Amino acid sequence: MKVLVPVKRVVDANVKVRVKSDQTGVDLANVKMSMNPFDEIAVEEAVRLKEKGLVEEIVAVSIGVAQAQETIRTALAMGADRGVLITTDTDAEPLAVAKLLKALVDEEKPGLVLMGKQAIDGDNNAVGQMLAALLDWPQATFASKVEISGDKASVTREVDGGLQTLSVDLPAVVTTDLRLNEPRYASLPNIMKAKKKPIDMKTPADYGVDTAPRLKVLKVTEPPKRSAGIKVESAEDLVMKLKNEAGVL
Amino acid sequence: MAVLVLADHDNAHLRDTTHKTVTAALNLSKDVDVLVLGNGADAVASAAAKIAGVRKVLLEQSPDLGQSIAEAEEAAILPLMANYDAVLIPASTSGKNTAPRVAAKLDVSQISDVVEVVDANTFVRPIYAGNALETVQSSDAKKVITVRPTAFKAAADGGSASVEKIADQPKAPKTRFVSEEMVKSDRPELGAAKIVVSGGRAMGSAEEFQKVIEPLADKLGAAVGASRAAVDAGYAPNDYQVGQTGKVVAPALYIAIGISGAIQHLAGMKDSKTIVAINKDPDAPIFQIADYGWVTDYKTAVPALMAALG
Repeated sequence: MKVLVPVKRVVDANVKVRVKSDQTGVDLANVKMSMNPFDEIAVEEAVRLKEKGLVEEIVAVSIGVAQAQETIRTALAMGADRGVLITTDTDAEPLAVAKLLKALVDEEKPGLVLMGKQAIDGDNNAVGQMLAALLDWPQATFASKVEISGDKASVTREVDGGLQTLSVDLPAVVTTDLRLNEPRYASLPNIMKAKKKPIDMKTPADYGVDTAPRLKVLKVTEPPKRSAGIKVESAEDLVMKLKNEAGVL
Repeated sequence: MAVLVLADHDNAHLRDTTHKTVTAALNLSKDVDVLVLGNGADAVASAAAKIAGVRKVLLEQSPDLGQSIAEAEEAAILPLMANYDAVLIPASTSGKNTAPRVAAKLDVSQISDVVEVVDANTFVRPIYAGNALETVQSSDAKKVITVRPTAFKAAADGGSASVEKIADQPKAPKTRFVSEEMVKSDRPELGAAKIVVSGGRAMGSAEEFQKVIEPLADKLGAAVGASRAAVDAGYAPNDYQVGQTGKVVAPALYIAIGISGAIQHLAGMKDSKTIVAINKDPDAPIFQIADYGWVTDYKTAVPALMAALG
């Protein structure tokens, strides 16, 4: 079976983002970029399936600026076999990304698409579900456990209040949650090897997909700031203030 | 224009996230209908009919709908969208699972996790784990919107809408429900609780977490939460996690005990009305957003707090 793993280049999870003073967006100049953490988990899961002999080939695809090649190289160093980069100048919306991925799935015919449940920049949590809908495939989102047997996948999902387990027919889209696995660090020899693995360069036009945005961003602002309150010195003081000042007890 | 709200429920009870989503919907239109997708969910439909401002309730039932299978929910919602200009879905795990399928089939861009309705086409939503707010204007004819319930007040009861049953029985032939493992608890649900008591990595063990956090929560009638660090360390179960990657809560009172206040945790609780932080490190970032900070060891503070509460 072939697995397709979409990976996105995003601002590193440890960077405190700053809103630009002209409110046009978030300042990305000189900011550390990394693979979206949920996508890293997806790559790791695909590599583990390959190590178990359930998967023959892992294709990592990224949609974004030319530098997203580095993100694909990271996936290749973790164990993906080859890459596809579909370059866009602007940050494509989830619907456009899903359409591009559908076109790629039609071409590559993977048995499984494994991807992060959301990207930590736009926080949309939409592409995996949109892709499954466009393909008329079943989906299992927010996966904390994935087991493949024959033409079915059993997926345990993190849902409000507990866990749900679904069995889906393959091909399917599975999106990953945090606790699915702990992604590996690529070893130096694997990083060197990854440099020789092929990356196909494509554009949205190659797939006939219109990536024009449907949402116009009017402004990006800082959330209202909460300021530090006061310090209390004793339990009695705290309870008194919660009762009389805050009125929450 | 008419607007549809998808009810959030467990087939027995309607969750108040539905009431909150109705409030968001009433900002878009006066004609708000609620759709209940489930199995054996008649009581849920009756409860939805009582929400003030709701025009009518649609009830559609099948075994697959009863298990919140996204493919079946999509099949149920899609034909109804001929009659509506927008569908608003609470951003629960179930809603987040289904909404993008509907958007993709309608060929529209989903507007995710809306925290403010500016006008019928303009919405505010958090990005970068709530570290920025994006105001977006949609040019799509039909809108698929997920709503962050904690950002809206619950619509009150007092309505008397009619309940209309839809005969279709949507199925998801390629997906089968196997099992579910729901955490049973007498405590209020984390997302809906008025008070939340959360513990962090400082607890040091699952036993300590249970010994310190849970009695205080029970004394206050509160839900129990935890930081991601505490969950990752195995001190608390996954579904206790408050933060960008867990639950987003906004109770009247949030008490953070032994939690340093990583950005990812703050994103999940910073909209709480009153925040109390108990931490022995005076430089812990949690103090920068706490209304009441107490720099002390939780080991002595929590018993003292229990005593002071009487």
